[in-house]
Amino acid sequence: MDALALHRLQFAFTITFHYLFPQLTMGLALLIVVLKTLALRTGDEHYAASARFWARIFAVNFLLGVVTGIPMEFQFGTNWSEFSRRTGGVIGMPVAMEGIFSFFLESAFLGLFLFGEKRLSPKAHWASAFLVFCGSWISGFFIIVANAWMQHPVAYHILPNGLFEVDSFWALMMNPWAWLEYAHNMSGAVITGAFVMSSVGALYLLQGRDVEYGRTFLKVGVVAGLISCATQIFPTGDLHGKYLAKHQPAAIAGMEGLFHSEKGAAMVVLGQPDFEHEKIDNPIAFNKVLSFLIYGTFSSEVQGLDQTPRDQWPTTLPLLFYAYHIMAGLGTYFVGLMGLAGLLLWRGQLYRSRWILWPILLSFPLPYIANTAGWMCAEIGRQPWVVYGLVRTSAGYSTHIGAGTSLFTLLGFLGMYSLLSILWIVMLYNFIQSGPRSLSHETAGHSLTAA
Amino acid sequence: MGTLWFWIIALMLAAYVVLDGFDLGVGIVYLFVAKTEQNRQLALRSIGPVWDGNEVWLLAAGGTLFFAFPLLYASAFSGFYLPLMMVIWLLILRAIGIEMRSHAHDAMGRSFFDAVFAFASLLLALFFGAALANVVRGVPLGPDNYFFLPLWTNWRTGAQPGILDWYTVIGGVLAVLALAMHGSLYLALKTEGDLEQHAFRWAGKLWPAVLLVTAISLPATVLARPNSLVNYRTHPLDFLAPLMVVLSLGVIRSAIRAGKALRGFLGSCVYLAAMLSGAAAGLYPVLLPSVGGAGQDLTVARAIASPHTLHIGMVWWTIGMLLALMYFSIMYWLFRGKVSQHSEGHGH
Repeated sequence: MDALALHRLQFAFTITFHYLFPQLTMGLALLIVVLKTLALRTGDEHYAASARFWARIFAVNFLLGVVTGIPMEFQFGTNWSEFSRRTGGVIGMPVAMEGIFSFFLESAFLGLFLFGEKRLSPKAHWASAFLVFCGSWISGFFIIVANAWMQHPVAYHILPNGLFEVDSFWALMMNPWAWLEYAHNMSGAVITGAFVMSSVGALYLLQGRDVEYGRTFLKVGVVAGLISCATQIFPTGDLHGKYLAKHQPAAIAGMEGLFHSEKGAAMVVLGQPDFEHEKIDNPIAFNKVLSFLIYGTFSSEVQGLDQTPRDQWPTTLPLLFYAYHIMAGLGTYFVGLMGLAGLLLWRGQLYRSRWILWPILLSFPLPYIANTAGWMCAEIGRQPWVVYGLVRTSAGYSTHIGAGTSLFTLLGFLGMYSLLSILWIVMLYNFIQSGPRSLSHETAGHSLTAA
Repeated sequence: MGTLWFWIIALMLAAYVVLDGFDLGVGIVYLFVAKTEQNRQLALRSIGPVWDGNEVWLLAAGGTLFFAFPLLYASAFSGFYLPLMMVIWLLILRAIGIEMRSHAHDAMGRSFFDAVFAFASLLLALFFGAALANVVRGVPLGPDNYFFLPLWTNWRTGAQPGILDWYTVIGGVLAVLALAMHGSLYLALKTEGDLEQHAFRWAGKLWPAVLLVTAISLPATVLARPNSLVNYRTHPLDFLAPLMVVLSLGVIRSAIRAGKALRGFLGSCVYLAAMLSGAAAGLYPVLLPSVGGAGQDLTVARAIASPHTLHIGMVWWTIGMLLALMYFSIMYWLFRGKVSQHSEGHGH
């Protein structure tokens, strides 16, 4: 592999691993606020204990998110120095703002939330949970602003020396792409949080232990899951697709496997792309549905890959095609599962219906897969550009870092992250086994340090 | 505007060194100062609620550097590729050490993670010291403003230095000693009983070593980069920094003798800040000096982002910092006082 491929692989690997953690913490942060609100409203100790239990799981995932997030900020400079030099004046701004506006907020109030339940009044403790939630959601926003600018550059001009300069701060923050991507991304994060919470609830009910907590986790998880699964498809996913068709036609053509422009294009649900003959093998397709989804009429023409010069096709098309289909397929499954669970909850049968508790228990890894696939769609779809239409990825990497050096650090990350995965799984297993009842005041802080 | 951003970033780095410095320092002396299980728990609890917030200063400074001096960010981060990757791995290991220790159920697991925490803290301090020394000494910048340094060469400074040479090793050792003393004083401030006594004793032992290596480092800097003195000659006010270094070392000494932990710790904060501002004063307006013939110094004027960008940045940076200072005040106020052995229901 050449140096460019290795730099890309390293960044892809480290960011994919990193994003396992924030998607859970951003989702859980919201659900913890819900639990704390229930505790404050009802004065019921078991809601407070539930919040404490999830705070502990939050803390471990937060820590892993922080330590795997540090490499991301560094890698802009270490591996993508030309990209950083040219666009730093624009993209460095949201990156720096994330640090200053959200990390400080999050880390300070997480300390208070975990260690301060005894020192603070219930309302102040609720407020610290709320501020942790704000911090983690603001953090997501700034990162999405940075990514959205790479997807859809706005509010910039290029100086004579090739550097990018911001025209308008507000236009940068109000990039419509950023808001769409943010809404879609955050509802994806809530899905992860909701599925993990429901899964633990289902586990407790199936095991017949901590039943009271199991019910609470299921109730909160299923309601949040139902809402977030629905918003994930409509309006956020739907609008995102339409926007993509308008601004990155090659990306959506690659995702759908549409090689040739077509009027009344079909939506392929299953199939294997054949790149040599530019067709889909064994397709199961709905006629004209793609045209309808994108333009609202069944006869509109959808741009195929043939409209884009071949040297501007996304560089890893098969991966893009499959990532999209995995994301969309799982999304459909999520709506079905949560819809059914929601119906049973409403009719008061959910806690007794073991046949649905099993799939809820087993589905917790699926949102991780769907969200990862979603990110891959966005990032592979943008290729071969690092800044869409303006800077090619091949012009952005650190040319004086050799392939061998990049391979060395890639292997280092592989080793380090394998270790992290093992520790993470062991730790979560232990938390879930010991259960919410084992936690008294202040022991939630247990998990961010010793004692 | 460039000058302002130069000092903003220097200030943020100083905040990082002073704050994360004490929890790194606790890590360095941890195995020696806290020998019993109870004392180790106390030592970790003294940094528990604050260490990851302290680390955020590094990220915030890095982000600010990225947007205010994109060229410096691109050049320095890619030039120091390997050492930075190792810093990342050490930061991860250290966090794992702290985190996993509390979940280890037996003595073997605990001592293993204790060692990981201590080892990673020590190496981090060494790396940060060496890194700063690299910046002060200069790097072989090419005509394209980039460079790539080998990890080790013949240990001499000059046209083709390595990341580790005699000068940067002094920087690394000084950082380890200074942060070890800083951490000991923090422990003395935050704990009581025999742990407090041990911490004072270690601070007392470290003080002469810090004094000695500080004294060596000042002439060594002039030898490694004679231009460091230029600013001092033209702006005699800069001599305030070395003066503060000497004064604060005196204050630390007397505080250790008198058993006044707070005074000692504050003295140590001033010492670290004065050392850093002394280095920054010697560098300005250069950000990354060039050695060898090919390139020219990376200066504030060459590396700075456009005025419009910086103007926008100043607005939100100021707001963000005021907020951050507020959070930190609340944090440190709520967790003020000594970590006690009994009062909190932390236990197992």
